[in-house]
Amino acid sequence: MIHHHARATPAAHPARTAPAELRGHLNAHLAGAARAWLGRALDEAADHPGTHGPISVWELRLAEAGRRCGPEHADAVRVLILHAARADTDALTRVYRQGTADERRAVLHALPHLVPGPDALHLVEDALRTNDTRLVAAALGPYGARRLASHDWRHAVLKCLFTGVRVDEITDLARRAHGDSELARMLGDFAEERTAAGRPVPEDLYRVLALTAPPPADENGIDGKES
Amino acid sequence: MRIFDPHIHMTSRTTDDYEAMHQAGVRVVVEPAFWLGQPRTSPASFTDYFDSLLGWEPFRAAQYGIAHHCAIALNPKEANDPRCTPVLDLLPRYLLKDRVVAVGEIGYDSMTPAEDLALEHQLQLAADHGLPALVHTPHRDKPTGLRRTLDAVRASELPVERVLLDHLNETTVKEAKDSGSWLGFSVYPDTKMDEERMVAVIKAFGTEKVLVNSAADWGRSDPIKTRRVGDALLDAGFDEDDVDLVLWRNPVAFYGLSGRLALDVTAPDATHEGNSILRGGE
Repeated sequence: MIHHHARATPAAHPARTAPAELRGHLNAHLAGAARAWLGRALDEAADHPGTHGPISVWELRLAEAGRRCGPEHADAVRVLILHAARADTDALTRVYRQGTADERRAVLHALPHLVPGPDALHLVEDALRTNDTRLVAAALGPYGARRLASHDWRHAVLKCLFTGVRVDEITDLARRAHGDSELARMLGDFAEERTAAGRPVPEDLYRVLALTAPPPADENGIDGKES
Repeated sequence: MRIFDPHIHMTSRTTDDYEAMHQAGVRVVVEPAFWLGQPRTSPASFTDYFDSLLGWEPFRAAQYGIAHHCAIALNPKEANDPRCTPVLDLLPRYLLKDRVVAVGEIGYDSMTPAEDLALEHQLQLAADHGLPALVHTPHRDKPTGLRRTLDAVRASELPVERVLLDHLNETTVKEAKDSGSWLGFSVYPDTKMDEERMVAVIKAFGTEKVLVNSAADWGRSDPIKTRRVGDALLDAGFDEDDVDLVLWRNPVAFYGLSGRLALDVTAPDATHEGNSILRGGE
């Protein structure tokens, strides 16, 4: 079997979409055999979340999700398998460490659905140390947006601008950037450095810079509104 | 000319090479796990290497419009080092992964008992995981090595039709072809095979089941030797369909036996201009 996958229509974002809705989206888009495979994989994961022998059965399914359902659906499928298996931080860490880049990305997408506290932050930090832009973007999903410390978050935003990750990928960008004068300074310095080198400043930089502006005096105290 | 390089060690190559390869027509590569020049001393350095073959390297390749797959194995040289052999126990979890399209490179280097064990074990892993195997034939004492390799394959559960015997040359091609295996030829600047000898071999033995690779690595080698062979075949009077069979359809058919070949490139979100590799990172 050789896969020639057509480019997919924009899928539901696997980190920002509730698992039930992701499932509905996949059921509507997967072909019959892939849909049946997914149904079995989710049932198995729900019934046998623990390890049987050297590897749990849902981890096998996680590894083969791309070739079973197509790379365009693999992220969502993997998030659903992790969710069905109720993977905790230890399991997510193991899967991330033993995973391909695609599997690691799926773990990052699954964090907001599975980890209520800050325990999995080390995975986000690991992803931000890579130069794989797909991992960097996934690290800045809802979990990273909620949990990253200010310093790390600002560097991550800057890294997106450096590496060409669209800032639309950053969850809650407007809320976190709002009134962040340190981020504004870093963006300004970066723009200056680029200008001094005669190189173009990324368009997105000015968008983020505008978001850092403090609110007009009469709106002070209103937090969390996206402008 | 569309080209599938069925054996190339991109980890050792630069982005200039990716660019030149794409320009020459290379759209798909398979990177088999091999040794790194400097011997490794623990399984952990193997797993970091395998992770790179399933993480960073396909990402790099995709930015140049090239679909990257890999083959995973303990290579024959390091199969002789007891500090490395525990990696055999870690292979099963890698052999499950998407984009792992074969077990490889396995085979013989010095034809030692340790190499016998590793080869036998990994042929079984290939059979167990529904994967074909890329089998390196030794550079020293090659005809003897080929015979011993074929004996090992025949004694295994992996059908010879799911084996690609690599680094063949004039002295080994006939016996390999008679075995029913796929036939791999590595074209190098100085050693192994060159373009003209490759043309002569194809004239004598045909195009069926023949795959040509650059096997480019950290040594003197050339990642666009596949294209050079395609040009040499055309110059020698072969038609475009013959070239397409050798440089595209045969490798697609062989690695397609895995059921895991994805010929499309999923381009990362990053724009070319903004991309961290083209820019040299931070």
